[in-house]
Amino acid sequence: MSEPRTLFQKVWDAHVVHAMPRGPALLYIDLHLVHEVTSPQAFEGLRLAGRQVRRPERTLATVDHNVPTGDRHLPIADPVAAQQVRTLTSNARAFGLPLFDLDSPDQGIVHVIGPELGATQPGMTIVCGDSHTSTHGAFGALAFGIGTSEVEHVLATQCLMQQRPRTMEVRFEGTLPGGVTAKDMVLALIGRIGTAGASGHVLEYRGSAIQRLSMEGRMTVCNMSIEAGARAGLIAPDDTTFGYLEGRARAPKGAEWDAAVERWRGLATDAGAVFDRSITIDVSSLAPQVTWGTNPGMVGDISGRVPVPAEGDSADARGALERALHYMGLEPGAPLAGLKVDRVFIGSCTNARLEDLRAAASVVRGRKVSHGVRAMVVPGSQRVKHAAEAEGLDEVFIEAGFEWRNSGCSMCLGMNDDVLGSGERCASTSNRNFEGRQGKGGRTHLMSPVMAAAAAVFGHLVDVRQMVRESDEPGRGDDMVRGSERTTVSAGR
Amino acid sequence: MQPFTVHTGIAAVLPRVNVDTDQIIPKQFLKRIERTGFGKHLFHDWRYLPDGSPNPGFELNAPQAAGASILVAGPNFGCGSSREHAPWALADYGFRAVIAPSFADIFYNNCCQNGLLAVRLEDAAVRALFALGERGEPFELTVDLRINRVTGPAGFRAGFDMDPYRRQMLLEGLDEIGQTLRQELRIAAYERRMEALGRLV
Ligand code: SF4
Repeated sequence: MSEPRTLFQKVWDAHVVHAMPRGPALLYIDLHLVHEVTSPQAFEGLRLAGRQVRRPERTLATVDHNVPTGDRHLPIADPVAAQQVRTLTSNARAFGLPLFDLDSPDQGIVHVIGPELGATQPGMTIVCGDSHTSTHGAFGALAFGIGTSEVEHVLATQCLMQQRPRTMEVRFEGTLPGGVTAKDMVLALIGRIGTAGASGHVLEYRGSAIQRLSMEGRMTVCNMSIEAGARAGLIAPDDTTFGYLEGRARAPKGAEWDAAVERWRGLATDAGAVFDRSITIDVSSLAPQVTWGTNPGMVGDISGRVPVPAEGDSADARGALERALHYMGLEPGAPLAGLKVDRVFIGSCTNARLEDLRAAASVVRGRKVSHGVRAMVVPGSQRVKHAAEAEGLDEVFIEAGFEWRNSGCSMCLGMNDDVLGSGERCASTSNRNFEGRQGKGGRTHLMSPVMAAAAAVFGHLVDVRQMVRESDEPGRGDDMVRGSERTTVSAGR
Repeated sequence: MQPFTVHTGIAAVLPRVNVDTDQIIPKQFLKRIERTGFGKHLFHDWRYLPDGSPNPGFELNAPQAAGASILVAGPNFGCGSSREHAPWALADYGFRAVIAPSFADIFYNNCCQNGLLAVRLEDAAVRALFALGERGEPFELTVDLRINRVTGPAGFRAGFDMDPYRRQMLLEGLDEIGQTLRQELRIAAYERRMEALGRLV
């Protein structure tokens, strides 16, 4: 009998091309995702050294970070962004890479389209010049973000030199209460362990609450692994995973599919395998989470209050709190519920898949965006957008007063025109609330799609559970709000 | 890559925790398609006032930090996005080394790829450097990768660890891609093995 191994160890071991004694391993990369912002210098490096892309068919390129989300028929107004998009197009052509450009029905945020196309598969190694590559770990793939030099390295060699990370088990046990979602689970984790809490580690999410999540919810959890400092986040593939993948464009077919599923079932962590660290979180009493500060670890229950810097346990902590509250324009001790918002952003690779839009729409349906609030929905991909339109979700949002956009990263990082003005407060379903992330001086509060939708309706942060009665189907997570009865609420215009 | 052996230069202190890559180089400057020219945008939102003039309250604008080539900062430096523009901006500004108690993983890797030395020093040592910075006088540090040691005024001396592979790459300024390409036979053999198993499709 061989030693029991974790999911991470199995995927890692299967990809070691060569292990340096006492050093890093040369790891084979199965899938390399490329986008316009972190790749131009890598292609330039190849060109200067006269190198080729080793396996173009293992590479997949799309434009997402700085593309406009308005009318796709208009040229890109920002000349520098336009040049970046053009550069990726010509690089893809020159090096023979498949590209999903602005005209493609498959265009979208790189971490949304990989799974959608079935390109993301269990047991793979996946890299991308983007830290939220951890999203793909929801399929049991070892997926992590890399810098541009490493992008060049993978293009040239299909391999990467990596130090073997440590492992950490995160068990989510119990049943999610209604109105509480995958986003709240991962925000609570980051609040608990901090933004550097998982540095040097690969997380494996396990437990009954993870098993019950849909693939969309699992992707939300894995997506934010990086916000806890983790190298990657993983979830063992199961029937939910296979159900999602079967029939997708790049998924194996026929006998190959059966063989793949057979193999994928063997990836799960063996009984008795050891993690370097372990943490358990009971979700049964979890409340919706909102961030109040300038990193995702500065987070609390919606029923809570802004912390008081003077109560910080060290001079550093007090200083950091004071800076954060000053930037966020918050009074120490103020209740979080009731904070007025100027903007609402439903989008990003964290929460802009179909299930997220359905959940948000169920809160918004028949209601109006509060007076003076500018709210927008930016679907994660063109496929998500069209699927949502086929269900009439676009009309729900538009009738309520939301803007309904084309897909892209948009205000998650504000590289296109979708930015916050200085001092504007935003309820956002994205993943980072760093200073200036959504626009210089902008104040971001991270939360789930249903919480952001509720903030749009009320014009301030609010506990979404006030809007819905307890679900008949506990534990449905993101689906909770959909189709459930609503109590009457006055949306305070 | 420019090798790193030993460097002596003026140190600038930035006693802040969790300095993220969005602060190091804000996204509006990520649209360049070159590796150079990012230095003038380093720490843009902290460094400049809304009218574009230097913010006198920002640490790097202090007179004693003029000409600094070593940055000393708090823990979890470089957290957030994978943008290599962050080390490019630091290097382009003139930094050769960054000292902190800890770094985010991707940022650390990115530094190694660019001959920018990321030095992990113990918390107490970094605090001692912050204290030196508080005196408001310029001071120099020497970072010696050959003996893994940082030295400075008032008898400051601290050792640091670095994995031997990374250290060798930096000391020799090796091209990592060139190194990996030498493993071509192994890579091709791996691909053949996986194809035979039906794993590479
Ligand atoms: S949506 Fe945001 S976090 Fe996701 S890839 Fe785009 S910029 Fe990065």
